[in-house]
Amino acid sequence: MSNTPLVIAGVSFTSRLFLGTGKFSSGEAMARSLEASGTEMVTVALGRIRTDGESDDILGHLDRRRYRLLPNTSGTRNAREAVLAAQLAREALETNWLKLEIHPDPKYLMPDPVETLEATALLAARGFVVLAYVHADPVLCKRLEEAGAAAVMPLGSPIGSGLGLESRAFLQIIIAQSRVPVVVDAGLGAPSHAAAALEMGADAVLVNTAIAAAEDPVGMAAAFRLGVEAGRAAREAGLAAGRESARADATSPLTAFLGEEAR
Amino acid sequence: MSFVDTWRRHDFGAVAARILAKTPSDVRRALSRPRGSLDLEDFAALLSPAASARLEEMAQLSHRYTLERFGRTMRLYAPLYLSNACANVCTYCGFSAHNRIKRKVLSDPEILAEAGVLRSHGFGSVLLVTGETGRVGREYLSSSLRLLRPHFAGLWMEVQPMAEEDYAALAEEGLSTVLVYQETYDAAAYARHHLSGPKADMQFRLATPDRLGRAGMKRIGLGALFGLSDWRADAWFTGLHLRHVETAYWRSRTSVSFPRLRPHEGDEIPVTLFGERDLVQAACAFRLLSTETELSLSTRESSRFRDRAVRLGFTSMSAGSRTNPGGYSVEPESLEQFAVDDSRSPAQMAAFLRSVGYEPVWKDWDRTYDGFGGSPGAPAAQGALAS
Repeated sequence: MSNTPLVIAGVSFTSRLFLGTGKFSSGEAMARSLEASGTEMVTVALGRIRTDGESDDILGHLDRRRYRLLPNTSGTRNAREAVLAAQLAREALETNWLKLEIHPDPKYLMPDPVETLEATALLAARGFVVLAYVHADPVLCKRLEEAGAAAVMPLGSPIGSGLGLESRAFLQIIIAQSRVPVVVDAGLGAPSHAAAALEMGADAVLVNTAIAAAEDPVGMAAAFRLGVEAGRAAREAGLAAGRESARADATSPLTAFLGEEAR
Repeated sequence: MSFVDTWRRHDFGAVAARILAKTPSDVRRALSRPRGSLDLEDFAALLSPAASARLEEMAQLSHRYTLERFGRTMRLYAPLYLSNACANVCTYCGFSAHNRIKRKVLSDPEILAEAGVLRSHGFGSVLLVTGETGRVGREYLSSSLRLLRPHFAGLWMEVQPMAEEDYAALAEEGLSTVLVYQETYDAAAYARHHLSGPKADMQFRLATPDRLGRAGMKRIGLGALFGLSDWRADAWFTGLHLRHVETAYWRSRTSVSFPRLRPHEGDEIPVTLFGERDLVQAACAFRLLSTETELSLSTRESSRFRDRAVRLGFTSMSAGSRTNPGGYSVEPESLEQFAVDDSRSPAQMAAFLRSVGYEPVWKDWDRTYDGFGGSPGAPAAQGALAS
């Protein structure tokens, strides 16, 4: 089974499944789930971890030789706050990688496109590797690419909803025209959703709630791993599907005038 | 990243061989892809000899996609040759520097006279064409655009490759579209056919769409002069170029043209065969690769072919073209760059389009968007020029 590595900002990933670290019942449950998922990169909310050097339940259970940390700016409401959070994250966690998420709305946690674009430009100029969490908005994704985003993370459906790829038609456009990796983030409720995203050509997915809140998070992490691998393998094998195949309309042929050899 | 880097990663001969090796099942897979999701390997399959047997299906799909995106419309435009002076020696061109023809650069009154004829035919878009010479540079073109701006909504240009800042300056003068055909992506054939002059610099030409994209040109036209080298590989490279422009300069529209070698003044040159059937296959393959790009057909082709091509995926056509400077009114008998085949008048072309249920589109832009004040309408409201 072929599996071309995913490359973001020059770093290779074998696993195309990224995980969130919130919502687990314990640090141990999280660690075992990460193990089962095969992931190589996890996102951590800066707001959740202790940045004063004291021992931390999340960081304490993360083997940083195995998992690249992707600090996120969850909780920030505008570009200014996000830039401050990013700088703190770079100092505290010693990484310039960042999942930029700015949601001024505490109810639905919808990403703010205007602030996100502004913050991406500022952070990219300061040397951050920015993965920007946004709506599945194709123009915004191109603007982020130009602003220096290392990857775009369009949402599949509202965060935590588990509805799957409700934004499918827009994701397809984003995938078709993006020049940076596309990571589908938010709303994936089942391994089949993750598989579908990879089949469509998404470069990776990020999952948190569906695994952390499952009855058996470790089992679900393993299931997502299989879903992602199946979707990617299908993509690389070349899906034969498509019911849109042409049927030649014999009653009004368009090419008959070309001569006898036209069929 | 410039397209030159992308181009360097693909060997022309290897691409040609890969296309020849495509199988019926590669073609079947390409045809079963959902709309808009074909990759460049699918495109290679559609350009292959194996796809020839599925040409009718390709045409049906191309027609359907084009109908859904563009409706039953056909954009009409006319070339306005400003000059035939040229410093390049190219084996296939009537304006080649070694050819002993009378050289001419239109003056302002002559440009306006030619424009008047085109306006009287109803054209709202005009394609300015020149040879390559120091006399016809940014200054001359800027001045021509200013002269023509009150009379045409669409100002397009097909001239020598220019610098990014030149394009930006000309865009400020109202230029919206630049067509720069690569002629061929085969370095050996390019060198064989472009013997001397600035055009011999292949890489500068290859990077031209990048400069246009960076300058913010609204529409960028690509194409190859099919017949200079293996047409399938040249079409594939044009598709590679199209993908590059579509993703890197996503604000710009694109168009692809399908010039074929035609008889011209000068030496006979060996050309590879690119027949009508091949032209249809190439055009349909482009439509399946990109449902958005405009496909353009010139009056090089016969009326018989152009009539059928309306339903094959093409979305714009020149009509009533003269390919000599002054050809519409000033010096109608001077030497043309190439022979046109479809010599119908624009009115006849429009009547034909209406008879098959298509609307001829004469104008699709307005100068007010550029801050220049209103454009003349088409074709009813013609200004003083036409009288």
